[in-house]
Amino acid sequence: MSVFIIRRLLQSIAVVAVMSLIVFVGVNVVGDPVDMLINPEADQAEIARVIRDLGLDRPLHEQYLYFVKNALQGDLGKSFTFGESALKLIVERAPATFELALSALLMAIVFGVPLGVIAGMRPDAWSSKTIMAGSILGFSLPTFWVGLMMIMLFAVVLGWLPSTGRGDTVEVFGLHFSFFTLDGWSHLLLPALNLALLKISLVIRLARAGTREAMQQDYVKFARAKGLSESRIVFVHVMKNIMIPVVTVLGLEFGSLIAFSVVTETVFAWPGMGKLLIDSLHNLDRPVIVAYLMIIVLVFVVINLIVDIFYSLLDPRVRLKDAGQ
Amino acid sequence: MSETVKHDPNLAPVETPLHRFVSDFSDSAIAMIALAVLLVIVFIALFAPFISPTNPYDLAKVSIFDGKLPPGSVSMDGVTFWLGTDGAGRDLLSSMFYGLRISLGVGVMSGVIALCVGTTIGLTAAYYGGRVDTLIMRIVDIQLSFPAILVALILIAALGKGVDKVIIALVLVQWAYYARTVRGSALVERNKEYIEAATCLGLDNKRILFRHLLPNCLPPLIVVGTVQTAHAISLEATLSFLGVGLPITEPSLGLLIANGFEYMMSGRYWISFFPGIALLITIVSINLVGDQLRDVLNPRLQK
Repeated sequence: MSVFIIRRLLQSIAVVAVMSLIVFVGVNVVGDPVDMLINPEADQAEIARVIRDLGLDRPLHEQYLYFVKNALQGDLGKSFTFGESALKLIVERAPATFELALSALLMAIVFGVPLGVIAGMRPDAWSSKTIMAGSILGFSLPTFWVGLMMIMLFAVVLGWLPSTGRGDTVEVFGLHFSFFTLDGWSHLLLPALNLALLKISLVIRLARAGTREAMQQDYVKFARAKGLSESRIVFVHVMKNIMIPVVTVLGLEFGSLIAFSVVTETVFAWPGMGKLLIDSLHNLDRPVIVAYLMIIVLVFVVINLIVDIFYSLLDPRVRLKDAGQ
Repeated sequence: MSETVKHDPNLAPVETPLHRFVSDFSDSAIAMIALAVLLVIVFIALFAPFISPTNPYDLAKVSIFDGKLPPGSVSMDGVTFWLGTDGAGRDLLSSMFYGLRISLGVGVMSGVIALCVGTTIGLTAAYYGGRVDTLIMRIVDIQLSFPAILVALILIAALGKGVDKVIIALVLVQWAYYARTVRGSALVERNKEYIEAATCLGLDNKRILFRHLLPNCLPPLIVVGTVQTAHAISLEATLSFLGVGLPITEPSLGLLIANGFEYMMSGRYWISFFPGIALLITIVSINLVGDQLRDVLNPRLQK
């Protein structure tokens, strides 16, 4: 077991190292931040001073080693545009993104599970077919375009909900959350639904498949024979069993929600990490791009590592297969 | 020889695999409609310069005074803009025809390159097995554990903007799906007798791989190919919308939608709405055709 964990740990470290190299070298070869950051009227001495300050005059491998050394100490460089620590900028915006992703996750369960159960109970009814058609549509619709249309409908035409921004936030433990204000909720609703759409479709499929399977099982037949009401069978017996795969898959999908929030945040001008990344890509703010990508890669590697270890604990075949290779 | 033999009309008609495939595919009315729509889309993309009402990128023809007209308006020159015009006075329908050409072109090209690269790598992994296989599949697993949009953003950040860069990024996002699919079916095929026979005949590795093993791995590849092409088109549109995809000189559907973003708050919905509908129809029809292909080509579902 410990051999398995050590192998996976080493592999994760290798992934992070390779990613950091790709991201750093790539980002630093593209574009010239000097052109963008320095006042066009600055003289040669001024330009040289700024280049020296930003460390852009040193060879690339030295810049990389310097970056790794600082990164290990929690310093991912200073933003060119904000003049602040890149890590601090990202950490400041992280709660907004996590709040959005978490709301989307909850919506996926709240909308996806009941719809999936309905579709699974009577697979041939027209209501089930409508739900499944909707789920196919949910998979095919480009997220950003749906977001635009939501703004169009709910903010511009109907005027029910605000279109952009985050609204009032409440400070809890030094972090800002919109969970606790009505205005915050009204701002959160559309972006969260937009982000959740793909996952709702996914949960509908999972819940439908699970329900169809569960309805054939002996325990459901037995519950019926015992004279339990249909609602009790569905809500207690079936629901319990279909929630296991749903929760497992959604846990894995949380990372992808954070990654996809880049799109939703741009559409709804949600002040999270994703919007920061896109803005930084436009401004060629290299330290922020590198810092964001490194943090997100780290988050993913950690999630995958934890999942792998859990699976190997639950299913010994996984680690035996790994050792056999 | 078989051509010269006349088929006895009293016997059951000969059913070639292609014949059976076509008749199975046409069983589903929805799939046939999707296929027809897809053919129309491909036709539009191929012949956009000949069938669009106006050339939206001919500066001499475009007038700023025709800007932001709602659908059905008539220009000062008497041209009807069936779907309205964008901020610069370009006919939206014509822009969409050209945009479809770019979106489809980038999606299909990246799909084909990824198919070739992924297939070669996947076949190599399956055929040689052992350490080569372990290494390749580990890389595939790691890549697939990251969402496509994140991989694409990392690559775009590293490569920069441009048509070629976007295609490279899309290929690098997709190759792993092809590699995994091909390896899976090649592992099953490898142990079959015809491969053994080919080995006994002393054929060289390359010939066995590409002439014997590959053709038998094709059905699942075709299915993955359709789904992945739809993904690639959607991903390119997303990247272009975010402003990190194609440059403005290559206005794909994603860029057209992005252009309409700024006019939406004033209620001019059509500039973003119609290109999105075109994108949606393209993706849905490819997916529906892919779904039917999967059912037809899956031997387990064969009647």
